[in-house]
Amino acid sequence: MKKGLLDSILRTKVPIIRAVEVPHLAIAGGEVLALVGESGSGKTTLGRLLVTLEKPTSGEIYFHGERVKGRRAVMGLRRKVQMVFQNPADSLDPRMSVKGIVTEPLTTKGLSRREREGQFESALSLVGLDSSTFAERRSRDLSGGQRQRVAVARAIISSPEFVVLDEPTSALDASVQSQVLNLLARIHDQLGFTYLFITHNIAIARYIADTVAVMYAGQIVEIGPAQQVLSKPKHPYTQALFSSVPSLDRKEVAPPTGEVPSLVNLPKGCRFNPRCPYAMEVCRTTDPPFFDVDGEQAACWLYK
Amino acid sequence: MLLQVEDLHVTYDTVYGTLNALNGVNLSIEEGETVALVGESGSGKSTLGLSIVRLLPPNGRYSKGSIVLNGKNVVSLSGSEVRRMRGTDVFMVFQDPLNTLNPVKRVSTQVLEALAVRAKKENKAFDQREGISEAIEKFKDVRLPDPEVLIHRYPHQLSGGQIQRVVIAIGLLLKPKLFIADEPTSALDVTIQAQVLKLLNSLKSEYKMSVIFITHDISVAYVIADRFAVLYGGEVSEIGEVSKVVKSPLHPYTKALIESIPKRSRKEGELVAIPGSPPNMLSPPTGCKFHPRCPYVMDVCRTENPPYTEADERTLRCWLYERPPT
Repeated sequence: MKKGLLDSILRTKVPIIRAVEVPHLAIAGGEVLALVGESGSGKTTLGRLLVTLEKPTSGEIYFHGERVKGRRAVMGLRRKVQMVFQNPADSLDPRMSVKGIVTEPLTTKGLSRREREGQFESALSLVGLDSSTFAERRSRDLSGGQRQRVAVARAIISSPEFVVLDEPTSALDASVQSQVLNLLARIHDQLGFTYLFITHNIAIARYIADTVAVMYAGQIVEIGPAQQVLSKPKHPYTQALFSSVPSLDRKEVAPPTGEVPSLVNLPKGCRFNPRCPYAMEVCRTTDPPFFDVDGEQAACWLYK
Repeated sequence: MLLQVEDLHVTYDTVYGTLNALNGVNLSIEEGETVALVGESGSGKSTLGLSIVRLLPPNGRYSKGSIVLNGKNVVSLSGSEVRRMRGTDVFMVFQDPLNTLNPVKRVSTQVLEALAVRAKKENKAFDQREGISEAIEKFKDVRLPDPEVLIHRYPHQLSGGQIQRVVIAIGLLLKPKLFIADEPTSALDVTIQAQVLKLLNSLKSEYKMSVIFITHDISVAYVIADRFAVLYGGEVSEIGEVSKVVKSPLHPYTKALIESIPKRSRKEGELVAIPGSPPNMLSPPTGCKFHPRCPYVMDVCRTENPPYTEADERTLRCWLYERPPT
């Protein structure tokens, strides 16, 4: 994907936006890692960095233990990763047929027409669409749920090893959302892909993830086994985030005060300290490293 | 009774034909009560909100029924009566806060505009300086930081959550009897959404307003509302007290909607999903609009639309609960 003119102007001229600062993040093969956070927390940027749609200012990315550096390594990685975007109405070419869209990732593989047909049929059946009915349809003829199924089919047809799903269900209606979530879970279990699942929805993270990483203002503040993080959040931001989520279990929400800091003008020390009820002296001066707590990791001085 | 909507039908004329957006909606709201309209896109929840303030788009028509707000039938009011009604009887907040305020005018100008309208309605003299200080007081009520500074800013200098609070403050200055909020928190982040919800909850009791809260998120509705009205295909499928509806939903659609919220990990089983997709209102299904997706569908559902029924202290439209004719 090429960057737009405005994008490249903005991104190159304003490098002072520290969108993502992640000292270390590892994803095991076959794992589902959910990145949870509010808008502007850097979860999408981190996802795009991992599929090389974005270049890091500094730092390294390793895939299967090998550093992704240079054109050949990047091209090699791109054959093994795929991304599903939030809004399928925007991410599918309106002039292409479903078949054209779904089989496009196969162009570089030098397959015969029949092989492509075969793969198209199996990809579409995996996402629960009938290939003969949908092959010649355009994006505008499809419902929101069907469009996202097509986007998923496009992502899995080239048998990638790693799929980044950026809010794949948030543009869908509630009753359709669970169909697509079930589908994604089933595909994961059948084909053993590694997922990076970006979502702002805690309930969805609970359903899909093995590991949950919570992001705030460009940093991962807490990471650990999904069950653990979701039932006993350690970082004060994670706690505040979870108690802000409306739920049918309680009639109240308890949000933190204040707003997310601007990434151009970050607070000194821990980025959450101006909103944190437990802020101490050290929090105002020094950015906390990760501390191990109960089998997970939290970037918070409380756990020193 | 503050608001009484009866057998309301609203249609849109489109190039593809007539779209029946609302098909016989009944809804009544008491003073001081909060009702959440819950539904998916195309369910008619926004159309219902817009028709109460008479803001239907030019191709929208009231084809049948009545909306009585504070003793007046909104459907048949003249243009000047409608203008008097807006702001006094009813105020509406929209989903995208960034489109609500005029981008080239300062916040103060826009707040004063509302206050001037109020003064004119009350036949009172209007003093700008007093207006500003009154507005600053309201800004404090809605927990806006640094109201004295913020009021002289332009909308683009505020965050989404701040703009939404400015709009709510303008609404409060007008002291409407009915406050309609159409997805006021959907464009906001979770923590900011929670702040706005908490604020609305405390303002409701402070100002004794009636609120219609339109949302697609049943959990958000649960936090804010006394009663739910679940909309599907331009009809109210179930309406009742929130904890009753959440604990024991009766209508199969409400049931499915509540069950489809993920609660566990995928390792403990698949999510309950509703098959199919919401109806296309240009060619809606015959009979009950939900029947093609309903697990309990019977023959009668395919041909006849169910009437309103009372069951377990709520009103719903479903043949499962219709008492057989005696």
